[in-house]
Amino acid sequence: MSEYLIMIYQDYSDPMWSDPAHGEKLMKEHMAFGEKHGGSLRGGNALHATSSATSIRHDKSGKVAVTDGAFVETKEALGGYYLIEAADLDEALAIAKDVPSPTGGVEVRPIRPT
Amino acid sequence: MAEAHRSEWAYVLSATVRVTRDIDVAEECVQEAYVRALTDWTLNGVPTRPGAWLTTVARRLAIDQQRRRANHERLLPMVESEHDGVDARLDSEEIDDDRLRLIFTCCHPALDLESQVALTLRFVCGLTTPEVARAFLIKETAMAARLTRAKRKISISRIPYHVPAPKELPERIDAVLEVVHLVFSTGHTAPSGASLVRTDLTSRALQLARMLRELLPTDPGVAGLLAHILLSDSRRDTRTSKEGTLVLLADQDRSRWDHEAIEEGIALVRESLTHRPPSRYALMAAIGAVHAEAPSFSETDWKEIVAIYDVLLLTWPSPVVALNRAVAVGFSEGPAAGLTALEELSGDPFLAQYTYYECARADFLYRIGRTDQALASYEFALELSENEVERAFIEHRCRSIQKEVNAQ
Repeated sequence: MSEYLIMIYQDYSDPMWSDPAHGEKLMKEHMAFGEKHGGSLRGGNALHATSSATSIRHDKSGKVAVTDGAFVETKEALGGYYLIEAADLDEALAIAKDVPSPTGGVEVRPIRPT
Repeated sequence: MAEAHRSEWAYVLSATVRVTRDIDVAEECVQEAYVRALTDWTLNGVPTRPGAWLTTVARRLAIDQQRRRANHERLLPMVESEHDGVDARLDSEEIDDDRLRLIFTCCHPALDLESQVALTLRFVCGLTTPEVARAFLIKETAMAARLTRAKRKISISRIPYHVPAPKELPERIDAVLEVVHLVFSTGHTAPSGASLVRTDLTSRALQLARMLRELLPTDPGVAGLLAHILLSDSRRDTRTSKEGTLVLLADQDRSRWDHEAIEEGIALVRESLTHRPPSRYALMAAIGAVHAEAPSFSETDWKEIVAIYDVLLLTWPSPVVALNRAVAVGFSEGPAAGLTALEELSGDPFLAQYTYYECARADFLYRIGRTDQALASYEFALELSENEVERAFIEHRCRSIQKEVNAQ
């Protein structure tokens, strides 16, 4: 078995995100996902908006710069993740396809074993 | 000989991957098996089934290696080798299954398309890395790096060696067909280079399509793609003259088309069209069948061809399909109608840089007497084309139109 991180990227400028009814619906979808794939889930969380993010950059001279905002500004931002265990990539992708992601998609990355 | 070696190698490799679950390790074991064959066969003669001999040795090496590693890491108990007799009973079903697994791994959608094609040519067709590099017209070192990167992705993200579950199968077969189709279309009209057709690629694509047909005999997409390749390739010898110049469909000697391939292709088209909805390859093959069945260019059923393109556009809305449909409209309803249909597509950014679009436009302009515009259009097409045969054809058209203009 291997571990995979499923990173959920969404376009938060979509009007859908300011609709409270949508928030409730999405919550239910995540609950349903959790019930369906509970056996494979090893962790997962939702993140606060990128407006709450703080980034730290190290330059070659050793200086450290702290800035307000996401590390990379993109249309779709990382909004949450699941940590799963799967036999192979096909199994991981089958699970990842079920992750609710109404305005974007997910990225699946294998975790390096320690 | 080289060809036999190539296919044998690919068979031995796919059977060894089943044991190693890692292409790199399998490659090493197969290499070592060939080295051992050199001495063993010189001493004892060539075995009756060389492939089975090589597979047995390669697999045994793989098992030994796994045992050593397990021992070394003290993670697994000692595994006793079950392979002590040389002649492993490899039944054909197992061999087919090994090959199919490897094809699905090489054509996994988690790999980029170029890597899928490279892996397939290398490990399913058995081409060497320099040969694959030549197929892509890139440097050997660059191809070696691409293959290494792709193998790393397979191993790190654990792309499995298995035939996908029935639910995933149609989508995964489509990915395989796309790879084979790309190999074929790149060879059918080479984007650049000295010859119009690159038979090294078209014959690989045909071989792959035949292999898939054997392994997935009931899949309509597979039947459709094999039919499409057979029918398109049946015209190969007549698409260029002895001198290597381009010969248009209208001027080809139909008696020299490969009638055996046509017969096989048409039977496959019939079979694949019984499935609803028809696959895009079955529809493309159906268009090829209409051409193949026409006794001459002027007797071609263009109405039928336009109708098939209409259906094809629904399942596969690509600019090239739209272009081919517009050209068919021109032959069905006359050059003015064809020109109108082409101009409806003029906003497409892909077609704006596509040689064949400009050539079709030039031809229709010429046919309705707008000679100056036709000439300008051919001159623009010349700037777009990097294929020498295509360029020679366009230059010839430019010269003959220029002569007509001068004579007036």
